[in-house]
Amino acid sequence: MGPLRLSLATALCATLLTFVAGVLCARWRLTRRGRGSEVLDTLFMLPIALPPSVIGLALLLTFGRSSPIGELLAHLGWSIIFTWPATVLASFVVSFPIMYQTARGAFAQIDSSLLDAARVFGRSEWSILWKIMLPIAWPGIAAGTILSFLRALGEFGATLMIAGNIPGKTQTAPVAIFFAVEAGERREALILALALLAISLAAIALLNRLHRPAVL
Amino acid sequence: MRLAALLLALLTAAAQAATPITVSAAASLKDALTEIQKVYAKAQPDVVVTYNFAGSGALQQQIENGAPVDVFISAAPKQMDALEKRELLLAGTRRNLLTNTLVLIAPKNSTVIQGFADLTKADVRHIALGDPRSVPAGTYAAETLVALKLSAAVESKLVRMLDVRQVLTSVETGDAQAGFVYRTEALLSEKIRVAATAAAEQHAPIIYPIAVIKDTKHPDAARAFVAFLSSEAAKTVFAKFGFGMAP
Repeated sequence: MGPLRLSLATALCATLLTFVAGVLCARWRLTRRGRGSEVLDTLFMLPIALPPSVIGLALLLTFGRSSPIGELLAHLGWSIIFTWPATVLASFVVSFPIMYQTARGAFAQIDSSLLDAARVFGRSEWSILWKIMLPIAWPGIAAGTILSFLRALGEFGATLMIAGNIPGKTQTAPVAIFFAVEAGERREALILALALLAISLAAIALLNRLHRPAVL
Repeated sequence: MRLAALLLALLTAAAQAATPITVSAAASLKDALTEIQKVYAKAQPDVVVTYNFAGSGALQQQIENGAPVDVFISAAPKQMDALEKRELLLAGTRRNLLTNTLVLIAPKNSTVIQGFADLTKADVRHIALGDPRSVPAGTYAAETLVALKLSAAVESKLVRMLDVRQVLTSVETGDAQAGFVYRTEALLSEKIRVAATAAAEQHAPIIYPIAVIKDTKHPDAARAFVAFLSSEAAKTVFAKFGFGMAP
């Protein structure tokens, strides 16, 4: 698989995970108060505040062969480091805070009496989330999803540290661009960079569209 | 506060008095050159040597893009050739400095790999090497795999890294089950063992060329440092770290 297709597969997979985790965590956080959930909040937002190299190091320390978790996984015949799932993991971790934060903001805007009304009519919390909250909060959720996708697509530092650089397996477009520049292959780097630029522009255009009022 | 200001003034004064030279050197030279730096600081106290260690390809790129570098030591002739072609070297200063040997390493406690042929085993999931296009040690490793007719069999296991240090670390941690590094790197770590040594005819000769960069602002200090690297004092340090002197 070429670096661009691999990058798209990684970003889409990571965005899917981010979407589910971000929405669920934001929903959970909506009705929680107190010290514990504030600490968790900080933890959730941490990846956006840290350099990718710190994320990479943390993931290496957690999943590397020399760590207890890594060793356990190795015994089960699993290894994450230098495999494709590692590219998804890195992208997921760095894009999660964006999805979580935008989903929280979007949910907070919903009139809570609407949700209470639904509860009175016997709707389950799941049904309320999928049928009422998500449709109402949709513009915010969609914007968060697009931003998460872009962050996932652009992930480089942590990816290089935990997924390495195996062409066709873990070599994403940002990693391929970096190594092409190192090797003096400017043309190759430029082609990939332009392709990423096109994808990003399209995503940003879509994002802008969401914010345009539907009816004037 | 006043003390801090005084210290700062002293430091600036000291920095102004000494001639600074920047040496961009292949990552594999880090420990040997760091030790030589201490020796040189005593021999030439008025010259302050600063190092910039990275993969040779990256260093070449930096110099081509105008990085303020006085001396370049590459882990292969290729990068030096490229700079020479673009006339970025100070004429007459290029020569071969060191030689090295390529080895296959494995984590110390692993017995999976006893020789090159074991690289094809299923237990060997990842083989770390420098990116063959930009890291000389990776180029030699790729050449060795071709010579051994193993390239096709191990292609999908090869993790291409930024420099040999990264290769060493990933084998130390066991995330890669084997890796190609220089013998000099292998000597530095107690967490790995040398599983095999590449024969000289399996890859291009491993030669570290050195040259003064044309745009240097301190050509005399740079030449003097280059000359010092061939002195008996420097040779002793290089030998201690496992390097051979180029003929």
